[in-house]
Amino acid sequence: MRSDRIFNWILRGLALTVLLGFVLLVWFLWNEALPALRSAGLGFIWSTGWDPVSGDFGALPFLWGTLVSSILALMLSAPISIGAALFLTDIAPKSIRTPIAFLIEMLAAIPSVVYGIWGIFVLAPFVREHVHPLLNGWLGFTPFFEGPPFGLGMLTAAMVLAVMITPTITAVCREVFRSVPDLLREAATGIGATRWETIRLAVIRPSISGIFAAMILGLGRALGETMAVTMVIGNRPEISLSLFKPAATMASVIANEYAEAQGDSHLSALAAIGLVLLVVSSLVNFGARWIIERTESKTHV
Amino acid sequence: MSKADAPRLPRIQRRRHFKSLMANAVIMTLAGFAILPLILVFSYIARSGFPALNLDFFYKLPAPAGETGGGMGNAILGSVAMVIMSGVMSIPPGLLCGLYVAEFSHQKLARLLRFVIDLMTGVPSIVIGLFAYAMLVVPLGGFSAWAGSAALGIIMMPIVSRTTEEILRLIPDQLRESGLALGLPRWKVLLRLIMRAGRSAIATGVFLAVARASGETAPLLFTSFNNQYWSKSLSEPIASLPVQIYTYAISPYEEWHRLAWAGSLILVTVVFAINLLSRLLLKRTSN
Repeated sequence: MRSDRIFNWILRGLALTVLLGFVLLVWFLWNEALPALRSAGLGFIWSTGWDPVSGDFGALPFLWGTLVSSILALMLSAPISIGAALFLTDIAPKSIRTPIAFLIEMLAAIPSVVYGIWGIFVLAPFVREHVHPLLNGWLGFTPFFEGPPFGLGMLTAAMVLAVMITPTITAVCREVFRSVPDLLREAATGIGATRWETIRLAVIRPSISGIFAAMILGLGRALGETMAVTMVIGNRPEISLSLFKPAATMASVIANEYAEAQGDSHLSALAAIGLVLLVVSSLVNFGARWIIERTESKTHV
Repeated sequence: MSKADAPRLPRIQRRRHFKSLMANAVIMTLAGFAILPLILVFSYIARSGFPALNLDFFYKLPAPAGETGGGMGNAILGSVAMVIMSGVMSIPPGLLCGLYVAEFSHQKLARLLRFVIDLMTGVPSIVIGLFAYAMLVVPLGGFSAWAGSAALGIIMMPIVSRTTEEILRLIPDQLRESGLALGLPRWKVLLRLIMRAGRSAIATGVFLAVARASGETAPLLFTSFNNQYWSKSLSEPIASLPVQIYTYAISPYEEWHRLAWAGSLILVTVVFAINLLSRLLLKRTSN
């Protein structure tokens, strides 16, 4: 029918507009980033200096900050999320599963800036007064826990991030555990396995790649997270092994400096960091999706 | 197992059961840790936010640094205005993109669109801010409500599209077939039957996108920027609740911190209300 053809053309036009918009997004970013990339070359990613006044731009401190804070957040969040998901699928009484899952999902609804204000006024003082004396007192001789108690820094940022990615990892893990056929659980229980043995052999083992995908999705969420991290990480472009030292991430330096950036080279360097952030987070998201799709097709066969 | 049986079990059995009990306890503790932050964040927001709330908060301009009182009237209005504008810009195309991806998946373009929309959901919101800056702030010659709304719209569009797509895939083919069998044109079947059949679930996706946009801060920092006064036009910088909370939270003034907590309380309440509402809507229709 003619009206159908028109409708289809409208939809195609819209689709093309969206595709064009996305190409524009990448192109604009590339264009803005080009001067910085051209003047520094690939060294932009590896050089460590960041001084907008003297025009010295290197992205390594921010790459470091983003990767370390995200991976640390993942290490904190993964056991909690996997445990929570197991609790929801295999341990909790049926009647409380939905409400508890709802509460965990609500963590994802809290805006980032609210986590940020909570991080500044509640978590940072807590880290300064309780976590720092404990870790620094016992493990202060290692490079990881040295340094004075600022409160704001890498560890605080990772803790806030861990809270923020917990709902993502929990939700995906829960789906993965749920998709394990009950037959497997029954078989394990039937041959006399205890509850934990059932969970370990019949729930966790077939879900390993799904759990991995969930963690990568969580990592992807942590990489791009901006406001909460900006507010608690201390924003100093330094590379340090110590978790108590202030640091900066790719997202936080853009949030901090872009609106007040002076001069084209500064703007361009920030855009280049945005480009690197876009590439890294897209790759991570696709990696996760690829794993999920692969395991899905495997379980269907 | 009753206590009388326990001593008779071989040692290895006792150890296995003990291990299982311990693992259960560990899993429950971990689940507790997952919920703990929600309780902590909530209690602090309520405790610090409620005392700072009063009627002034909702309609007054922010007070200058060092003075007490004042409110976030302009920021609340700015947020509402930008969320509405971004919704108008992004919800209709989002719905149609979801429809296209779900119903025309035999077309190459639809599959390509699905790929790009997947990519877009993973783009960090700060990067979308950079794009809106280059696309709108630079050509228009300054920060504006338009640029902020566009940035929020770009964040909402893929969310709306993806939920629409997921819902439409759940609708049975019989409905499409019976519509077509009646001689209706395909676009009428899709818009009048299929979209309508999924409307409450689709509305949930729209609500969630609105909730997400209401709390976004990063893409607004250098698109709509901030404004200490009422904005007179949409081509001016405009205040918004999240940006105002951010500005006040990192300021050195005690009074501003109080207002930031009050703002957070309002923001969280609104976002939760939207979430709850959409869930209730979904539950009522699925029953």
